[in-house]
Formats: sequence, C-alpha cells, structure tokens
Amino acid sequence: MTTGFPALDADTLTALKQAIDQGFLAFSQRHGVAIETAFTPLQRLLIGVEQALLATPWPLLLAAVAALAWGASRRWPLALGSAATLALLGLFGLWDDTLKTLAMVLVATALAVAIGAPLGVAMARAPRLQRLLNPLLDLMQTLPSFVYLIPAVMLLGIGRVPGLLAVVVYALPPMVRLTSLGLREVDRDVLEAADAYGATPWQKLWGVQLPLALPTLMAGINQTIMMALAMVVVAAMIGVQGLGQPVLRAINNQYFALGLFNGLAIVAIAVVFDRIAQAWGWRLQRHRQPQRQPGHG
Amino acid sequence: MAEHAPAPAPAPAPAPAPAPALQLQGLGKRYAGAARPALDGVDLQLPAGAISVVMGLSGSGKSTLLRLVNRLVEPSAGRVLCGAVDVTALAAEPLRQWRQQTTAMVFQGYALLPHRNVLQNVAYPLRLRGMPAAEAAGQARQWLQRVGLAGSDVAWPAALSGGMQQRVGLARALAADAPVLLMDEPFAALDPLYRREMQDLLLGLQQQLRKTVVFITHDLDEALRLADHLVLLRDGRVVQQGDPAATVLQPADAQVADFVRGLHRGRLLRCAALAQPGGPVPGAPVLAASATLAEAARAMLDAGSGQANVQAADGSHLGRLTLDAVVRQLAA
Repeated sequence: MTTGFPALDADTLTALKQAIDQGFLAFSQRHGVAIETAFTPLQRLLIGVEQALLATPWPLLLAAVAALAWGASRRWPLALGSAATLALLGLFGLWDDTLKTLAMVLVATALAVAIGAPLGVAMARAPRLQRLLNPLLDLMQTLPSFVYLIPAVMLLGIGRVPGLLAVVVYALPPMVRLTSLGLREVDRDVLEAADAYGATPWQKLWGVQLPLALPTLMAGINQTIMMALAMVVVAAMIGVQGLGQPVLRAINNQYFALGLFNGLAIVAIAVVFDRIAQAWGWRLQRHRQPQRQPGHG
Repeated sequence: MAEHAPAPAPAPAPAPAPAPALQLQGLGKRYAGAARPALDGVDLQLPAGAISVVMGLSGSGKSTLLRLVNRLVEPSAGRVLCGAVDVTALAAEPLRQWRQQTTAMVFQGYALLPHRNVLQNVAYPLRLRGMPAAEAAGQARQWLQRVGLAGSDVAWPAALSGGMQQRVGLARALAADAPVLLMDEPFAALDPLYRREMQDLLLGLQQQLRKTVVFITHDLDEALRLADHLVLLRDGRVVQQGDPAATVLQPADAQVADFVRGLHRGRLLRCAALAQPGGPVPGAPVLAASATLAEAARAMLDAGSGQANVQAADGSHLGRLTLDAVVRQLAA
C-alpha cells in the first residue's frame, strides 16, 4: 500500500525535464559562440604550456624538476628522487602523456589559486560572504563531476577547455577554504600591533596576514594539485589528453597492465608534487621552530 | 669575519617631540553582552612627558582603558584628548595616521612579527610610514643598541628569550619616534630579576626621551617604582589618582589601605613625601629628596640625630624629616 512513493506523474516530470533541457539548449545556441570565444584565451594558454613542455629537451626538464625540489626542500634525496621518478615514467613510454597531464594540472592549479585565493581573502573578511559561499563550495565538492560536465560539453563541446573547467570547479573549494582559514587563524596580538602602529588594511594583508597564513595557503595549493590529479581520468572522458586517456582505453578493453602503468604514473606525479609542496611549507615555517629540522622523509 | 663594520657614530639623540598631555573625559566601555561595563565614567588627566601608571587587578578594566586611548577598542561613552586632538572624533583614515605619528605600543605578549627578523621588527613602524628600507634599518639598529640588543639583527623573534623579545618590542616602540608610549603590562611575563632590569632601562630612557607614557600593571611595587602619576582602577572605576607616595600615605579607602599595607615602604617611599615644613635644623644630616626612607633611617641613626634636612635636586632646602615619622612608616 505505502511501498510505492506517490511521485509526480510521468507526464509532468517529462515536461519539466524537457523545459529545462530546451531552455538550456536555447541558451547554448544563442550564446554558445560568444562563450566559446570568451574561453579561447584559456585554450591557448593550455595548449601553449603543453607545447612548451613537449618542446623542452628531456634532460632539461629532469634538471628543472630536480632544481625545483631542491629549491623547495634544500635536500638532495628529494631532488634526486623527483627527477628519478620522472625519468622512470619516461622509461615506461609515458613521457608525452605525463607532460600533457602536467600541463593540465599546472594550468588548473594556477587558475584555482588565482580565483580561490582572492575569494578566500574576501571570505575571511566578510562573515556574510562566508555564509553565502559555504553551501556553494559544498555543492562544488559533492555534486558528481559528470553532472556539471554535461552543460560544459553542451556549451563548449568536447575538448580541453570543458575538462579544464571541470577540474577547476572540483579543485577550487579547498583553496578558498584554506585561504580563509589561514587568514582567520593569524595571531590576533600581531594584528593588534599592526593596527596600533597604523598599518593600512592593505599593509596588514600583505605584510602580516598573508605571510603568516602562508603555510595554510601552501596546504591549499597542495590540496588543489591533488584534486586536479584525481580528475585526470574524468577529464579524459571529454577529450583532455594525457595519462587519463590510456586509462579509459584500458577500462574499455580490459587492458590491466596499461591501466596499471598509467594509474601508477598519476600516483607518482602526485607523490612528487606533494613532497615538494610539503617540504616548501616546512621551510616557510622555519622561523617558528628555529631549532627543529623536518623529521619526515 | 675579516672586519667589523665600524660602530656607527653615536647618533644625535632624536629631538624629543614635545609630548602631549592626555585627557580622558567620562570614558566608558560596555562590551556587547556584558553584564556590567568594563569601564565607567573614567576622568583622568595624564601629564605630558611623565610616566602615568594605571594599576589594577585583573578585571579592573586597565587593558581596556589603554586600548581606548588609541581606539583599538572603541569607547561607548566619553572622549579622549591627546594634546589638542580629539581622538574619539577622528575618522578611520585620520585615526590611522594619528596612530602612526603619535602613538607607539608595547604588548604583554610582545606581539612581534614572527616571520620578520629582529631588525625588520624594529624597523616595522618606520616602514609602515613609507621610509626607505636602508634608512629604517639604520634607525632600527641604533634603537636596538639603546636597548642592549646590538648584534641580534638577523635572529628570528622565536629564537629569543621572553626578556629579549620584549627588548625588541621596546626598541620597536621607541623607533616609531612617537611622543605617546602605551605599555600594556609589558614586563608582567618576565621573571622578577629581569623585570627590574627592564624597569631600570625604561626609567633611564625616559629620562632622556620625556615621552608621555601610559603604563599598565597589576604589580604595585612596579607601579610605585615607575610612576610619576599613579592611577588606581577597580571594577572599571578610578579609585584614586595622583602622587604615588600620597596613595601609600593617604589611601582613599579601606581596600586601598589594605592593598598598600604589605609594601616595603622603606624602599618605595622617598624623603620628599614625608618632609615637614620648617627651616634647616643645624647640625642634622642632609638627605636628598629622592633618598628612600630606608636610606634616611640609616643616615640619621649613623649620625645619632633624630632629625634631618631634606634637600631638593637643585640644592635648596625642602623641609625637615624626623626619625620618628620615618620609623612610623617603616612599621606601618
């Protein structure tokens, strides 16, 4: 008697879905070209980074990664390990796909930071904005990414840009949240001192709040990179090139080894990024614990 | 370490800006949701170029009082006048500039910037004003020398002991070159020996700088050592204010009397406070007005005299002092 829930009748639901679909279709037909044009610079940027990486001789790239790791950590094991990891990926024939994925992750992270950090600053200053944005951020993190891929593909077609947007939408919330958290956690006494000596709001933000929040900001950037890497396979479904596409092929054809190699490559990149970012975060905090050394390997 | 940079020539002491007097008129503060006001109807005249100590136990509203002076806390009632400036009437931007130019502050928890080294911390108020880095660093270095921290320029604050950190805090406040110095229990977190050293440092600097200092403390000994003008605060109201010795000799009420009973009067009270009118007593020992009662008692006993002549700093006769009056105070 009460097992079947009294749903709206099928005709109403169909009409509702049709109305939404047709509305969006009309919107995308009317503005599709304009929106696509608006995102052209983003596409150029992504392609530019990708081609620059692919055009770089591999020894130079290995050296650059080692230098980055050393600069962040001042420890040779991390520098050598990072370069060796990348070399191993090349050895397994994953060089080009790895670089394409790197390009996508770098551009997505840069976008997420460029959008997320200012939003986080604004959120830390205006509690009302925080109440407004929080549900939106929750939605971005929990809505299955396939759902917002549909309108993105309808507007922009299959390709790099909708994939990139999907990655940015997914990777943005931790950047916003951790920026806001880092700013709110800054020692009130130090802020009071800045006020007492007549610092402008701008001087307080750049001279006190952001530097003191930097370790938390770094954690946000790290999270953003990890989330972008987690989206590589999903983004591959709508045409983003890189390590994700062989994984898709592997799923469709049950190529276990192919899937494993590419999957492990994504993990390897994640580990390298994570180590470098954490080591850097540690060095940023060295003024807090002047005696201690980073203890983890 | 082939060569040391030559020690900078002793800088001409910066001409002390004429320090303004502070007037607090009917000042009150009630925090949102609080049952009773933190401060209520506070009227104070804090003299220019002198150390005014505001003494009270925790919860007396003394920290709030200090922050009302530079409006880190907004008053609910009343006015603050600094010289001719009505601080309470300033809009945000003029207030910020007034703080930059007029006030410096020292905090109980030091409140140094943890991500900047000692020299950068001291130079901070100057950099906020837009002074070029090299010039600010030069001035900061001189102030570090004045507080006894020459050579720790590049240390992180967290690497220093509490006492050293507060020296940095003091150097920062002095580098700001502001005529008004607000000090919020600056030495409360230091151990007693170091506290005394810092008090001496402050007194020595003040002798040259003559700033208008507002000093908050809960320690009566410290208050009496430093104060030119003493204010006692209880439950957000002024209980007594004026000459520090007068507070000990004529307490305003039973509670203040109770409070000052445990003091070591021989060390805290000075001859000037007990001098009686009357011409010089021939043959009696001569005491400086600033001599403590303990010193006075010793001098009179050594001389075998029941009386002494008190002499002002300029050598003029100030009055008579009897051994009897001194002993009464020591026994109080």
